[in-house]
Parts: sequence; C-alpha cells; structure tokens
Amino acid sequence: MSKPQMKSRSYTEILEIIGAWVLAVLWISPLLYAFWAAFHPSEYSTNFELLAPLTLDNFREALSQAPFLRYGINTFLLVTMLLAAQLVVGTLAAYAFARFRFFGSNVAFGLVLVQLMITPEILIVENYSTLAKLGFVDTITGIGLPYMASAFGIFLLRQAFKSTPKDLEDAARLEGCGLFGILMRVYVPLARPTYLAFGLVSISHHWNNFLWPLVITNSVETRPLTVGLGIFGAPESGVDWSIVSAATLLSVAPLLIAFLLFQRQFVQSFMYAGIK
Amino acid sequence: MRHVHGWLLLTPAAILLVSFTHYPTIATVINSFFSKGNSVRPSRFIGLGNYEAMTQDPIFWKVLFNNMWFALGTIPTSIGLAIIMALAVNRAMPGRSFVRMAYFTPTILPMIAVANIWLFFYSPDIGLIDQITGWFGFSSHNWLGDPDTVLSSIIVMTVWKEAGFFMIFYLAALQHIPPELGEAAKLEGASRWYYFRRVVFPLLMPTTLFVLINAVLNSFKLVDHLFVLTKGGPDNASNLLLYYIFENAFSYFDTNYAATLTVVLLGLLAVMALVQFFVLDRRIHYR
Repeated sequence: MSKPQMKSRSYTEILEIIGAWVLAVLWISPLLYAFWAAFHPSEYSTNFELLAPLTLDNFREALSQAPFLRYGINTFLLVTMLLAAQLVVGTLAAYAFARFRFFGSNVAFGLVLVQLMITPEILIVENYSTLAKLGFVDTITGIGLPYMASAFGIFLLRQAFKSTPKDLEDAARLEGCGLFGILMRVYVPLARPTYLAFGLVSISHHWNNFLWPLVITNSVETRPLTVGLGIFGAPESGVDWSIVSAATLLSVAPLLIAFLLFQRQFVQSFMYAGIK
Repeated sequence: MRHVHGWLLLTPAAILLVSFTHYPTIATVINSFFSKGNSVRPSRFIGLGNYEAMTQDPIFWKVLFNNMWFALGTIPTSIGLAIIMALAVNRAMPGRSFVRMAYFTPTILPMIAVANIWLFFYSPDIGLIDQITGWFGFSSHNWLGDPDTVLSSIIVMTVWKEAGFFMIFYLAALQHIPPELGEAAKLEGASRWYYFRRVVFPLLMPTTLFVLINAVLNSFKLVDHLFVLTKGGPDNASNLLLYYIFENAFSYFDTNYAATLTVVLLGLLAVMALVQFFVLDRRIHYR
C-alpha cells in the first residue's frame, strides 16, 4: 500500500475518507460496546467513564451460571466432525461428477443442487422425525447429519477438479496410480485453495448455526454454544447485561480471534466461495 | 465400468441427500394433506383442508407480509450500504484495513450473539438507545415491545449484520473493473457520479443480482434473532414464516399445519430458484 499523500488529495476525497471512517467506527461500536459491558461492573454498562474499573467478574459469573466450556467443546466437536464428513463425502461425489460421465450424472447433479435452495433448516420438522426414528435426537452426530452432504461443497470441489489438467491424470495413470490414487495424488492436492475456502465457510457457518441445533438438542452434553447462549440470554431469565455480554463474547471469541488473525484468508474464502 | 465407479463414489452423498433433503421435501408435501392426529383420532387424509385453514389463518397472512416487509426493509438498504462500503475501501487511504475489518466483522458473529448485543440497545429506559435519546429530552420507548417499531428495529440490526458480507462481493467486482475506464471518463470530463451511474453500477449488475438472490434467501431462512429478541411478538408483529413453522411444529405440536406452511416456503424458494436459473445464470459468466 502506497503511503497516503495528503497534498494530492482534494477536499471531497478527504471528506469521503472521513465519512468512511465514521461509518467504520459506527459499524464496530456495537461490538466494542459488548467488550465495554463485559469488562466493567454492571453499574458502568451505560456510564462510559474512561477510568471505570476493569473486572473479569462478569466472565466468572457467566461461566458459573452455565457450562459454556462444555458448550464450547460440543461446538468444536460438531464443526470438526462435520467438516471431516463434508470433505470426504464431497470429495468422492465431486470426483464422480468431474471425471466420470456416468449414467444419469446430469440428473443426479441437478438433484444435488436442490440442496442449495432447500437447506436443512427449512425441513426441520421432517428431519426431526427422521432423526427421532434413527435414534439420533440429542446427539452431536444428529446435529451434523443433515449437513454432512453439502451441495455447496460438492459444487465447489467439482469446479476445482474440472479445472485440473487431464494430462496430470494421464501421467499419474502411467505411473500406475489407480482411481483412488489419482484422486489423492492429483486432484486433492491441486484443489487445496478450494478446500481452504470451503473449510472456512463451513466452520464459520456451523459455529454460528442455531435453529436446527436448537430443535435437535436438549441437554448440556450436546448443546452447541449458540443454543447455550440463546437459552442463557433469554430475557425472562433475568440475567445482568454485563454477564450476558461476557457470555456472548465467550461464545464468539474463538471464531472472532481466528477471524482477526486470518482476516485475509477469511475474506478471500467468502469471496471465492460466493463468486463460484 | 465408469457407470459403476461414478455411482459408487456418489453413494454416500446420495444417501445423505435423499434422506435429509429429497425425502423430507416429499414427506412435507404429503403430510400437508393429512389432519393433525392425536391419541383419540389418528391423523387422516383431508385433501386441501390444511390449506383452506391456512388461507383463513390471519397469523399466516401476517407472517407472510412481515416477511415481505422484512425483505424490503433489509435488502435495498444493505445492498446500498454494501456498495458504499466497497467503494470506500477500494482505494488507498489511511487505515484501510481497519475500516474493511470494521465493516466485515458483524458477518462473522452468530445472529444469536448479535441479537444479545442489540437486545440491550433496544430495551426501554435502561437500554443504550433510550439513554442517548434521553439526553436530548426524548421520552423512553419500548422499541421491541411496540408493534409499530419492532420490525424496523429488527431490520436495522439485520442490515448491520449483512451489509459487510455483501460488501466483499462488490469489492471483488470493483477490482475487476479496468482502471482505464475511470481514466477515460475523467478525460471526457464526466463527473464521478456520472461515471458511477453509467459505468460502475451497470458493471456491478451481475454482483447485485447474485447478492439479491442471497439476500432474499437469507430473509426467509434466518430467524435466529427472533428467539432472543421478540419470540415473534408483540402479537406476531415481528413473526416470520420460518419462525411460525417452528412454533407450530415444536410449541403447538401441529406438525401437519407446520408441513403446510413449509410447502408455502418451499414454493417461494422454488420461484426464486427459477428466477435464478432463468435470469441470473444467463447474465453471470465468471469462468
């Protein structure tokens, strides 16, 4: 980035930059406010004194009122298990669509894409009764099952595999690779950016997902962070604002920190995934 | 042989998709033709009975209109803001990465957390908005408790959450516009507004259509905030279709009526899919 050259800027440009800054401060302020409330005693939650005493009591209180650590572990298990399943299922299916012109492949691909529109949250009623029949209600696997085949992942990986030069596959075949070897040695390594993009989108989506986990879980052992927070923050529970803010920050912290550290990758992944 | 291999590779995905997307879609349609069963009277086929009940259900029409107002309130505003944000950060300026980060961060937060934070802003008397308006002598207002302001309050919060997400697609599109166009416009003496209106905005059209479809889908699928903020109230003034489906299925245990409402939602999504297929895919050619 070149150094800002103040002299060459016109007044309108300077005004626009100030405008952009004002909007940025406005945009980040709700989050900054949550930090303020969480780190100060509750009597300062609307009293912005610069020298107000800092405290961690709100976090301690939130952790003692609800098992956020356990919720965090549940969320972590959910997103890792789900991503692993999505990648395996998606890779196999994408390989089939990209490299095997099998009978009915076009119709099958169309049927896969249906899930881009009809996402599992719309079918909560039927999926709940299916999972009840299978005995997966209130399990972490149960939260993940409807999402394990991701049309979006299959679509992205198919695009990536299709753009892999066929020559590489032929070379690998001459070297004696089987179908599976070709997939693992040629297609998967070359699609690494796609895997990264899909991985980040999937993790952030499922870290934040709420409606379906709410429907399918009903115990501390399975509830992810969002559901735990949703129950905790319900107005009728009458908890202090500062404690709710602390709980909110606890729930978003892992993803928020990951985002701040790997901002570029996150933004590029979302962009890449959206444009495809 | 390639047929066998193809289908074998597809099997895991096919089983999962059929079980959790195709089968439940069909089951939803079938269930919508049956009455609500209980221990005394089992569920039976009643044809279009549920649909007739639905057209006479004032709450159904209310949530449908709410959904429409919610979409109309959030989408144009977030798209407009997204374009402004993208234009703002698409140039060299001090603190550019902070500004971009500030715009994008709400996107990464779960809607539930966002609702928790905003709930405090909106609460009467002690809430932040009331405190600030109080300094200027305005009386306190129950933003989420008043049927006239509740939907707008939720719209404002959703715009805050979504604009930064749409910004990144515009940013990507802006970076693909050749700078020569801007230089040429300058040489011709075109004003910046004219350049934006006649050159940049039309070039952003494919992005706008893409974002538009996504935003419409989101407005039907995202109801998480209602659980924290209003539970659809007061008097269903902020209730949305998917939340009403949830209420019918899991609070009133009328899964057949929930299925009927889901069919309406599926129908709306089908219309959008057709729009996307016939309008969008004709115009967008990224690769």
